[in-house]
Amino acid sequence: MKVKDFIRNRMAFFSAVIIILIVLFSLVIPAISGFDPAGQDLSSRLCPPDSVHFFGTDELGRDVLTRLFYGTRISLLVALIPTAISVLIGMILGITGAYCGKWVDFMIMWLADVTLSVPGMLLAMVVLYSFGGSFISVFLSLVILEWGSIARIVRSSALSIQESEFITAARTMGVRSLSIILRHILPNLIPTIIVLFTLNIPTSILSESALSFLGIGIQPPGVSLGLMVNQSRQFLFDMPWLALAPAGMIMILVLAFHFLGDALRDILDPRSDI
Amino acid sequence: MTVSGIIKRIGGVFLVLLGVMLLIFIMLRIIPGDPVSVMLSEHVSQETIDRIKISMGLDRSLPAQFFSYLKGAVRGDLGESYFLKEPVVDLIAEAFPYTLKLAVFAALIAWAFGIISGMICAMFNNSFPDYLFRGLSLFGVSVPIFMVALCLQYLLYFKLSVFPLSYDGSFGSMVLPAIALGWNSAGSVARLTRSSLMEQLGSPYIDTAMAKGLSYKGAVIKHAFRNAMLPIVTMMALQFSGMLSGAVITESIFSIPGIGKLALTAIQTRDMPLLQGTVLFTAFLIAIGNLLADVLNALLDPRISVS
Repeated sequence: MKVKDFIRNRMAFFSAVIIILIVLFSLVIPAISGFDPAGQDLSSRLCPPDSVHFFGTDELGRDVLTRLFYGTRISLLVALIPTAISVLIGMILGITGAYCGKWVDFMIMWLADVTLSVPGMLLAMVVLYSFGGSFISVFLSLVILEWGSIARIVRSSALSIQESEFITAARTMGVRSLSIILRHILPNLIPTIIVLFTLNIPTSILSESALSFLGIGIQPPGVSLGLMVNQSRQFLFDMPWLALAPAGMIMILVLAFHFLGDALRDILDPRSDI
Repeated sequence: MTVSGIIKRIGGVFLVLLGVMLLIFIMLRIIPGDPVSVMLSEHVSQETIDRIKISMGLDRSLPAQFFSYLKGAVRGDLGESYFLKEPVVDLIAEAFPYTLKLAVFAALIAWAFGIISGMICAMFNNSFPDYLFRGLSLFGVSVPIFMVALCLQYLLYFKLSVFPLSYDGSFGSMVLPAIALGWNSAGSVARLTRSSLMEQLGSPYIDTAMAKGLSYKGAVIKHAFRNAMLPIVTMMALQFSGMLSGAVITESIFSIPGIGKLALTAIQTRDMPLLQGTVLFTAFLIAIGNLLADVLNALLDPRISVS
């Protein structure tokens, strides 16, 4: 039923197709293009697009198309893994807060409030200051940035599920807390969690690209879409495609995940079944 | 809205700020290795490291360091910038007017555009203007801010030479940064205005107003819009404090010497006291923004209480 809904929802289907295509291309193109994303060729620096280099070459003679999809691969990885980790942490802490209540809930929500009241970019900058601009520190900064809002949403959904009669019934029957959480609360939270995961991916993509654009995220010789925009900024007026291609890719990815998340929310919302 | 509710809320703000201070303090000091050598990020003799450690008070125990920082912060002393050799508070006071000017300008552009396009969408639901402005607002929320900034520079500076490339103190040079910074906010305000107004337009009191002879436009502006503004005002308060504290990219692209640029300089020059100070200051702004949003909401809607 849900799969049928998904295919019928044109926006969701179209976004999913776009995402799958981009993922496929980012896996295949760097492998088959014949160019090394880091391979410099100083004799063909800053070439305009032609039949050999479809998107031209950058200031070190590297093929932009290859780097574009290679960067997409990295950006997707940096978006998916920290989002998954922050959803997991947010889910565990949100449910724990809602179920335990009292001071456990207070502490968790206080911690969430604390991380949410520092502007995301600056919080990430503090992490990157301490741990340097490596993959792991970008991962870490994105997790610290995102878990709080996820925990809050999961907590409020879990609280409303806990009010339901079937939870009271389970408690009266003497079911243990852990199995109430795992067998009754968690399954009802899954739609919320799937939507939160999908909608947080664009946030991660934008944050990572912003950090790399500022030169404090992924460091060269690593490739990321934000870093590519940063590196080609100096050629903006002569060769705008160098900066616009990676920026456009970020935009397409963000839009596609955004639509997918929105559509999933509509489809998975239990109220829409009624 | 009760007085005790407000006092409780302010107490909560202080608790969160204390948490922010503790979090930033710990995060900047759990650096693998020694904070001073990370700050210098080059090879210096052990004596130099020790000397700087003592001069910055980093040789004391962590709780002692935290309490002396806390004591200073309460008195308005955030330490001295290591790189710029000036009190952090002075540097923030110097930078803040630029950020404030940018944020006010960006907010005005964003809200005017966002509210008007949201209203058009709601009033002409499912027709061409609705699709057009909905598409535009989607661009607003999905385009990375640096792309907006670079496109604006390319079009309005390079191609049409209407505005200067970066900030030079003139009014005109603030236009591009303000559009870039307000772009995302305009998109979200437009989306929220549309949905909030549509919800109000479906209410029976609109039918009543129109049955009494008010035109559709009149009903929208006089009745529906006033009620629809509630969530939008909250969002605007939050957005404004966000703009005041999160303009790192805009300020760096257009070389505006504001708070965001200061934070970026701090991380580039590995200036720990400056980074700590700017982060704390922006967290303070956000906390005040959240508090204001709550109070405004309670003032505008008697059904909501602050506590």
